[in-house]
Amino acid sequence: MVGTCFRVRPRRKITGMPPPRPVVPARRRALRVLAAAGAYAALRPAIAGEPRAVLTRPIPSSGEPVPVVGLGSWITFNVGSDPVARNACADVIRNFVAAGGRMIDSSPMYGSSQDVIGYGLGKAALAGRVFAADKVWISSGSEGREQIEQSRRKWQVNRFDLVQVHNLLNWQDHLPTLFAMKAAGQIRYVGITTSEGRRHRDIEQLMRSHPLDFVQVTYNPLDREVEARILPLARDRGIAVIVNRPFREGLLLRALARRPLPSWASDVDCKSWAQLVLKFIVAHPAVTCAIPATGNVAHVRENMAAASGPLPDAKLRERTIALVEGA
Amino acid sequence: MSEWWTYTLSDFLMFAPRTYYRMIELYNVAIWPAQLVAAAVGVAVAVLLAGRRGGRDRIICGLLAGCWLWIAWSFHYQRYAQINWAASWFAAAFALEALLLAGVGVIAGRIALRPAGSVRCTVAVVLVVMTVFCYPLLAALTGRSWTTSETFGVTPDPTAIATIAALALAGGRIRLLLLIVPVLWCAVAAATLWAMDSRTDAVVVAGVAVLALWPAIRGTPATGRLVAR
Repeated sequence: MVGTCFRVRPRRKITGMPPPRPVVPARRRALRVLAAAGAYAALRPAIAGEPRAVLTRPIPSSGEPVPVVGLGSWITFNVGSDPVARNACADVIRNFVAAGGRMIDSSPMYGSSQDVIGYGLGKAALAGRVFAADKVWISSGSEGREQIEQSRRKWQVNRFDLVQVHNLLNWQDHLPTLFAMKAAGQIRYVGITTSEGRRHRDIEQLMRSHPLDFVQVTYNPLDREVEARILPLARDRGIAVIVNRPFREGLLLRALARRPLPSWASDVDCKSWAQLVLKFIVAHPAVTCAIPATGNVAHVRENMAAASGPLPDAKLRERTIALVEGA
Repeated sequence: MSEWWTYTLSDFLMFAPRTYYRMIELYNVAIWPAQLVAAAVGVAVAVLLAGRRGGRDRIICGLLAGCWLWIAWSFHYQRYAQINWAASWFAAAFALEALLLAGVGVIAGRIALRPAGSVRCTVAVVLVVMTVFCYPLLAALTGRSWTTSETFGVTPDPTAIATIAALALAGGRIRLLLLIVPVLWCAVAAATLWAMDSRTDAVVVAGVAVLALWPAIRGTPATGRLVAR
């Protein structure tokens, strides 16, 4: 089993985000990982029967731990002004945070998702307890700051933890803006995103040429192109990796639903295909956080349950791939 | 859009089907009983198409213009734009179509529809009647709640189909100008429904739109009274 996991720190009320920390050297990061893994292994018997500790991974540029399962909002939170659906999404957010989740990801491209997240955070007074990750998505470079501010107001947070250039749209103008905002303490981390394997060469180039904190890519047992270059590069460069589309917007799970869960899934505490796929993803040592999107409370609980317990080793990951590819 | 060839229809769908139909359900509740008024407008269009009343073409264009303007504001701009940022552009396109119908058809009077009695006119009348009375049944027939029914005059798909059916009876190139938005909308709607896995609805919208367009595809009527004035 892969043991690069941490107990989540006791929750503290966050009234103001700490300033960005300096980049942590790779050797020190490795030592932290090993130390935390050892501490986790030592504590594990003691916590049997207690609520499961949430696995976290450190953000390489700061060492700040982030739970390995987050919450996406593409499609699922775009419910407009429907009060029933907005309350359902608010319940999802409340359950996500209650289960130890922190990172919520959205974009101005996602329709009403930002408003709905703001509604959910406001309803349960959770704005200070989440890791707010959003994106800038506008062609005009001069309008980037204004769009980020509009997004922040919709989220109803004091500031974003992370702002990413969505699909690399006009990264030439937006990245300098984001680095300036980070230097001014207006955001904490800077990232770039892509999905479904697009523009990986550009992503690589930017990872090499800019001091990025985060990169967001698609990764799951079927979409593994990032394993070849981007994930190793992220480790080398100390860049955190967010994984989108872990279930291919549900298509992967619908295909797998026809097959029984393998008996060995219980070895890594998986009770569903969703958990096995999520554990496959976050077991990769370069991955910081996977962000499955859901508007269903049962599903968010199921997803968060994958952020605890043992992770599959290389052999089980290979078996997962073989099973999923055969579905 | 980089690497455009890697995109599929579903990549452009930014809302869940249940969200879309829930929006229609809430819209239907909010505007009730406007659906009845709209249905009466649809019947009026069909009756006018089937008759020889003076000024019929202007009245039909005026009624359709009102429907397109209502949908631009009440459906696209106020509601659909909440879950689809492209709907702001749809609203602008629908408002433009309303202006064209009002300007070209009502004020300038340059739309001359084929008179009643011809086969093509009968087909158009039947299509308009079916759009008014049968299209709302599609929701129930495809397993959705009847509260998600889409009605002529207040929702875009049946309105676009009925408009195509009526305008396809017009002569002259001016009709092509007025057909652009309804035809494009039917293409967008069918693609959206297909991506939503509402395959039956998609086929109905595309199929009936092509059927409605048939008289226009067959070319400008030969008689002088049928061409644009």
